[in-house]
Amino acid sequence: MPLTLNNLYEDFRDPETIKAYASLIAEEAARLDEQLSIMEICGGHTHTIMKYGLKQLLPSNIDFIHGPGCPVCIMPKERIDHAIALAQMEGAILLTLGDMIRVPGSKSSLANERAKGYDIRPLYTPMDALRIAEENPDKKVIFFAIGFETTTPMTAVLVEQAIKRGIKNLYFHINHVLVPPAVDAIMSDGTAKINAFIGPSHVSVITGAKIYEYLPTRYDTPVVVSGFEPVDVMESILMLVRQKVEGWCAMEIEYKRSVTMEGNTKAQELIAKYLEPREHFRWRGIGDIPHSALKLRDEYAALDAEKLFADILPTEPIDDHKLCICGTILRGLAKPNDCKVFGKACTPTSPLGSCMVSSEGACNAYYRYMEV
Amino acid sequence: MERIQLSHGGGGEESGKLIRELFYRYFSNDILLAAEDAALLHTGGKIAFTTDSFTVSPIFFRGGDIGKIAIAGTVNDLSMMGAKPLYLSSSFIIEEGFEFEKLEKIVASMAEELGKCGAKIVCGDTKVVPKGTADGIYINTSGIGEIVREGISAATIEEDDAIIVSGDVGRHGAAILMEREGLGISGDLRSDCAVLWGVVESLLAADIPIHAMRDATRGGLAAVLNEWAVQSGVCLEVEEQRIPLSTEVQGICELFGFEPYDFANEGTFIIALPAEYADRALEAMRSHEAGQKAAVIGKATHYKDGKVILRSAYGSSRYLDLPKGELLPRIC
Repeated sequence: MPLTLNNLYEDFRDPETIKAYASLIAEEAARLDEQLSIMEICGGHTHTIMKYGLKQLLPSNIDFIHGPGCPVCIMPKERIDHAIALAQMEGAILLTLGDMIRVPGSKSSLANERAKGYDIRPLYTPMDALRIAEENPDKKVIFFAIGFETTTPMTAVLVEQAIKRGIKNLYFHINHVLVPPAVDAIMSDGTAKINAFIGPSHVSVITGAKIYEYLPTRYDTPVVVSGFEPVDVMESILMLVRQKVEGWCAMEIEYKRSVTMEGNTKAQELIAKYLEPREHFRWRGIGDIPHSALKLRDEYAALDAEKLFADILPTEPIDDHKLCICGTILRGLAKPNDCKVFGKACTPTSPLGSCMVSSEGACNAYYRYMEV
Repeated sequence: MERIQLSHGGGGEESGKLIRELFYRYFSNDILLAAEDAALLHTGGKIAFTTDSFTVSPIFFRGGDIGKIAIAGTVNDLSMMGAKPLYLSSSFIIEEGFEFEKLEKIVASMAEELGKCGAKIVCGDTKVVPKGTADGIYINTSGIGEIVREGISAATIEEDDAIIVSGDVGRHGAAILMEREGLGISGDLRSDCAVLWGVVESLLAADIPIHAMRDATRGGLAAVLNEWAVQSGVCLEVEEQRIPLSTEVQGICELFGFEPYDFANEGTFIIALPAEYADRALEAMRSHEAGQKAAVIGKATHYKDGKVILRSAYGSSRYLDLPKGELLPRIC
C-alpha cells in the first residue's frame, strides 16, 4: 500500500485511542496531590489543544498554561515597524511568512501598507525569495525572517543559496528566536505557576531534545517532547501525570517518530555557519532576554538588512496597547479570556495584540475554537 | 495571434463582428438574436432575480474556467431559491490585448454550462479597457428564474431539521490556491465548479419539503451554517467526521493550516429539511454526479441559538465560526 499523507496522522486522531487516553488520564490523575499546570510551550500545541477540544476531555485538576512559542506573537512592535520601514523604501519588495502580515506595529501593519501600494508579499516557502529576487534584479528584495529553531534552517539554506547563485539583491532581516532562553526567563521569574511542560516537537527535530534537559535539572519540572496530533498530546499528558504520581521528574520524548536527543546535526551546522546569537532580543510581553535570538554572522553583513538600512530603522522599544495583555499571557500568567478586550475590541479581524493574529497565538486559538 | 482590441468594445464594426461571430454563434437563441436594446421575456408567475460578477484568477483552473463559473454561479443562486433558471445576461469587461482564442474558449465553456440547465443568455454587453487597467477578463452575469417551489429561505429552519451537504467540501478554494500560489503540489485536486440545477430539480420533483438551501461559495460551509443559525435562530450541531472531505483538500489543509470548512465551493450546496425526508433527499441527490457524496452532517437544535457547533467523535466540541481575515482573494 502506498504511503499517503493520511497515514501520517490518521492513527494519531483515532477517536477510540483519544477516548482511551482520556480515561487513563482521569484514572491516574485522581492520584495527583496537587493541580497539574502544564505549559505547552509551542503555539502549535495550543492550537491542537483548542482545535480538538482536548481540555474538555481532562479532569479539572489538569490545566494548561499557554507558552510563548508563537513567533508572530512574540515579535515586538518595533520589529514590525522595521518591516514597514523596509517595505516603504524606494524599489523594495518585502517578503515574509504568513500571519506576520497582519500583526499591528506601532501605527500600521504590513497588510495596511500593502493596501497603500507597497510591494509586500507573504510566502508559503522561503525558497520563493530566490525566484522573486532573480525576477526583480533592479529591486531590493528583503526577506523578513521569523520563527523558532524549526524554521531557522530554511533561512540558512536561503542565505547559502543566495550566495551560491550570486544573487546580489536579496537581503535578510533576521528575527529568529530560541525556545530555551525564553522558557528559562519565564521559569527564573518564578511567578507563573507551572509544574510540567509539553515541549515543542518540530523545534526538537532540529535541535534535539537535549535542549530541554535543564528543565528537570534546574527547575525540577518534568517535560515531555510531544507531537502535534491529539493522540500525541494526550499521551504526553499521561506521561507527565505518571511522572508526578510516581514521584520522579525527567525529560521524556513522546514524539519518538521524529525527535532524537541530538537532533538534525546537519541543520545545526548550517545554522551555525550563517547565524549566531544576538546579545539580546526584546520579546513582546516578556522583555529583554539575553542570547535569545539569532542574527547574521558579521561576515555576511553585506546581506544584512538590519545593518545596511540601519539609518531608517527605528530603535526605540514600543510597548503594547495598554488594554492588551498579550505580555501577561505569553508569560503564562493569564488566559486569553481574562483579557477585557478579548473578543470585543480585539478580534482576529481587528487584532489589538499579536496573540490574536497568528493561528498559533493563544487568543486566536481561543477565539477560533471557543469551547461550547 | 488574434487579440481583443479597444475597437472590439467601441460599438462599431469590430464590436458587431465580435457579437455576431462569437457571442451569437455560441449563445444563439431567438430572444438574443432579435438584437433589440433590451430582451423581451415571458414569465408566468413569481420570478427570482440575481446577479454576480466573476474575477477569478487564474482564468483557467483545474475543473473549470471563468466562463463556467460565471454560468454556474448565477444558475446556482437561482436554483438555491427553488427557481428554474431561464434567462441570463452576460457582460464582459476585457483587457485590451486579451487573446481571442482564450475568449472563445471561455464563451464555449459558458455555452456548455447553459446546455446543462436549459437557461439562455438573452442580452449582453462587451467593454474593452486599456491594457493594464483590468486583469484579463471579468464577467458579470445576472439571471432570472421561475419559482418552482416557494418558501425556501435561510430563515425557516426548524428544530430537528437535518442538515445535508451535497458533496465533499472545499475543493474550489483549495484548487485555486494550488494554482495561484504555484505550490508545486501535484494531485487530482479539481474545482467542484458545476451547475446544480439538475440535482435541485430532482429534489423538487421528489416533493421533498426543503426548508433552506444554499450553495457554499465564498466563506464555505462555515459561512452558510453560521448565516443560517443566525437567520433561523437555531443552533446547528454538526458531526465533524460526517462532513465529506477529499484526501486532497484534507492534505492541503494539513500542510498549510487551513480549515476545509472555510474554503469556497462552486458546485456544493447545503440543505436543511425535516429529518424524516433526509433519506429521500439523499437518494434524489445521489443520482447526480454533483450529489454522489451527499451526506447528512448534523441537525438543528435550540442548544445555543445562533451558533454552529462542531462535535468530534471522541466527545469534545467547539464552535465553528465564520472564516476571518484574508483567506484567498478573488476566488470567483
